[in-house]
Amino acid sequence: MTRIPLRPLARILDARKKGEDPDAIEKENRRLRHEEMRDRARLRAEGRLLVLAMMFFCAYAVIGARMGMLSASEPEEPRAQATGASIMASRADIVDRHGRVLATNMSTHSLYAHPQQMIEPGRAAERLAEIFPDLDAADMKRRFTDPRRKFLWIKKKLSPEQMQAVHDIGEPGLLFGPREMRLYPNGPVLSHVLGGSSFGAEGVHSAEVIGTAGIERFFDKDLRDPAREGTPLALSIDLTVQAAAEEVLYSGMKLMNAKGAAAVLMDVHTGEVISIVSLPDFDPNDRPAAPTKGSPSDSPLFNRAVQGVYELGSTFKIFAASQALQLGLMTPQTVIDTSPPFKVGGHRIGEFENHNYGAISVEEVIIKSSNRGTGKIALAIGAERQKDFLKSLGLFDPTPLEITEASGGRPLIPERWTDLSTVTISYGHGISTTPLHLATAYSAIANGGHTVKPTLLKQSGSQYRDVVLSEQVTRDALNMLRQVVSSDDGTASFGEVPGYKVGGKTGTADKPKEKGGGYYKDKVIATFAAVFPTDDPKYALVVTLDEPVETSGTKPRRTAGWTAVPVAAEMIRRVAPLLGLRPVYDTGQLDVTMSASD
Amino acid sequence: MTEMVYGAVPVAGGEPVLPKWWRTVDKWSLGCILTLFAVGILLGLAASVPLAERNGLAPFHYVQRQAFFGGMALVAMLMTSMMPPVQVRRLAVIGFLAAFVALAFLPFLGTDFGKGATRWYSLGFASFQPSEFLKPVFIIVSAWLMAAGQELGGPPGRLYSFVIMVIIVLMLAMQPDFGQASLILFSWGVMWFVGGAPMVLLAGLAGLVVMGGTFAYNASDHFARRIDGFLNPEVDPTTQMGYATNAIIEGGFFGVGVGEGTVKWSLPDAHTDFIIAVAAEEYGLVMVLAILALYATIVVRSFIRLMRERDPFIRYGGTGLAAIFGVQAMINMGVAVRLLPAKGMTLPFVSYGGSSLIAGGIAVGMLLALTRTRPQGEIGDILRGGRR
Repeated sequence: MTRIPLRPLARILDARKKGEDPDAIEKENRRLRHEEMRDRARLRAEGRLLVLAMMFFCAYAVIGARMGMLSASEPEEPRAQATGASIMASRADIVDRHGRVLATNMSTHSLYAHPQQMIEPGRAAERLAEIFPDLDAADMKRRFTDPRRKFLWIKKKLSPEQMQAVHDIGEPGLLFGPREMRLYPNGPVLSHVLGGSSFGAEGVHSAEVIGTAGIERFFDKDLRDPAREGTPLALSIDLTVQAAAEEVLYSGMKLMNAKGAAAVLMDVHTGEVISIVSLPDFDPNDRPAAPTKGSPSDSPLFNRAVQGVYELGSTFKIFAASQALQLGLMTPQTVIDTSPPFKVGGHRIGEFENHNYGAISVEEVIIKSSNRGTGKIALAIGAERQKDFLKSLGLFDPTPLEITEASGGRPLIPERWTDLSTVTISYGHGISTTPLHLATAYSAIANGGHTVKPTLLKQSGSQYRDVVLSEQVTRDALNMLRQVVSSDDGTASFGEVPGYKVGGKTGTADKPKEKGGGYYKDKVIATFAAVFPTDDPKYALVVTLDEPVETSGTKPRRTAGWTAVPVAAEMIRRVAPLLGLRPVYDTGQLDVTMSASD
Repeated sequence: MTEMVYGAVPVAGGEPVLPKWWRTVDKWSLGCILTLFAVGILLGLAASVPLAERNGLAPFHYVQRQAFFGGMALVAMLMTSMMPPVQVRRLAVIGFLAAFVALAFLPFLGTDFGKGATRWYSLGFASFQPSEFLKPVFIIVSAWLMAAGQELGGPPGRLYSFVIMVIIVLMLAMQPDFGQASLILFSWGVMWFVGGAPMVLLAGLAGLVVMGGTFAYNASDHFARRIDGFLNPEVDPTTQMGYATNAIIEGGFFGVGVGEGTVKWSLPDAHTDFIIAVAAEEYGLVMVLAILALYATIVVRSFIRLMRERDPFIRYGGTGLAAIFGVQAMINMGVAVRLLPAKGMTLPFVSYGGSSLIAGGIAVGMLLALTRTRPQGEIGDILRGGRR
């Protein structure tokens, strides 16, 4: 037990002496101390209570003053605030090499609703459904009458007619917001390059237009950069050529019963892509959603020319031949024995339809497209040098084209480069590249041996990079390519276009099965890689058809010579004049007769 | 002789209850409270009609309910205000235990009425929110504990009341009902302040609150959005805040006229949290200032009267009740004029409410009981030579 001191001790001791009860004294003392403490506490509380009372009074006074200020202010029409800073709406145009508009902006309006301001939500929903058939009246009515909704978008872009019709509903809860929309006036032409755009950050008063694919996305920041001040982005594309190429390729694809097609037309000196087509295509004004099923490579969104990696077959043979000439291993006239058997790593190398060409020159190897011939040339070159050469042509890396999809076109090359790889790759099997890769590599052969960088931006003057082949070698190679087309037994004899001296190489590759395990017997990728005119090459053209079959003969024909070549020839016939190429006829060929009636 | 043998006939000491009550009660505050109640009915005539219409009831259904519950609340208030402080304390302790148990069982037996927070017991014809009843009785119990803690050799009452407060605040925060939790916290803080909290500790606490607020702002999106919305000088006119502000502006000094207001049709909480906006729109600034003056009178008068109070229990209890009553009104009106961030809180006695009205009646009844005039030993003070 704790001892509680007796207080006041003196009086208690005194009381004890007198025999009085000390408890009473202590009690009295406690009461007094208690009183005193209470008084002290009350004094302190008095001050604090006064402070509290004043604080409360001041708070009420402030509220009252604020009420007064609000009441005294003039009522103004309530306005929804713009969210944040105003969104930069101007986006630079995109034009072709001659300044023709490919993508521009148009003022339009978006439609949104404030359901709580609506007078007749039901009627508004019905009338809107009449104006916009894709909207569902019942669903809209449900959303308009949902008390939790204060705001909802109805349409992101309106035509002037639709806007007037919505005005005529007379519903105050339907409101318009100004919009800049991206317009692609040429519709599906050049769709894969342009890509498409959509709205990014959206406010009532404006919305940000952002690129979602293609060059719109690749240059999104640049196009939106206010410092650009609306300077259009000039592409290397020639709109007229592009339109013609698309038209021809589309007809060709239909005629050859192909499920897809791609074409690349490149200026061999600058690397500028003059025209690039991938079919099927789409309308960038109304870009379809990405497919959720099926192979993405069959979607219209898929850019076959840039993203699609295919075994491009015999078109590769010219690389082996050119390199052999460059290394001085052979001349065009060096004879190579192409008769069977030719076994590499236990595999027999065969020829198309089991031909046996016998001992033929390097030139003839290309003209007749002998697999065994190129295989032997490649073995003479050796794997390392072959790899270096193909790499220097840019066939091992994704193309640096200025669209976002380009990085997706990564070539497939064997992990282990065996002798068999060396042989098969020499005739374009076991390596998958995009048609754009091929066009770039052919440009190097056509322009005198300089590599170029494929680009979609307009260039001025030649843009040569490294030298990989000598003038003489490219002249010989071009001569071979020319003969593939011009000689009667060349594989691309259908590719002759009078006046333009087309040279090129066909390639027909069986399609590998998607699940692996060999190749389809009846599905091919047919490619024709051409340069024209061969006496002074200006352009390289690659036309690729996916699963073509030509059925005019007794049995279906799938080789490039029967499918891709005629299409490419027709394309050259159409676009060469548009490109300003003057046809040059050999005097002997000129059979114009000036006949007078007798 | 009979008297000498059997003792005197027992007579009640002192004067009769009613005259004594009338003589000692704070008649000004009582008048203010009755006026507030009348204002509540008057505004209910305007503000609750849309709600009744929405629920498919007779236009003045909620006014009738308000009058019914208000009548009960007034009876409860009068009865409570007639009690002596000791009886108030006893009943409050019993009430506290009941309300505390009710609060504790809310998570199991309560209903959330689809509002996302379990705060109510449904009684069929009416609902019952334990926290409304808990507030006044908690204050009384805390005041008792704090006062007892100051007795010589008394229990550590302040600590006990602190622990109870923390438990209740946590329970309320879990519902979640941060509004009521902060009211409980605030009233306890005011009592502690009046009870002689050291200034250093108070300053430290203020610092903690600021730090906590900063942390909440950084950590919670919801909280940050509220504060940003509050700090943003532009009001989105489609929010409740926007409607309320516009209603006050529309009302001007003398209002748009009885029944002419439009804000009550747009605001879902026009009859409770934003009733002051309805008042401002229909009756103008005059009405709002009158309502403000009523609250200010009750609160300030109560504090002033408590300054003279000698009994610490009465002083703390009265302070807590006046503070919680005053601050609730202050928050409600401060939100409507955007002096405070949006927080749903009813305007005591004016907002529509069922059982909460009765709880409010009991609370002000207790306040009136505690602020009644009592002999404060003035003669002793005079004899000891004034007030020192």
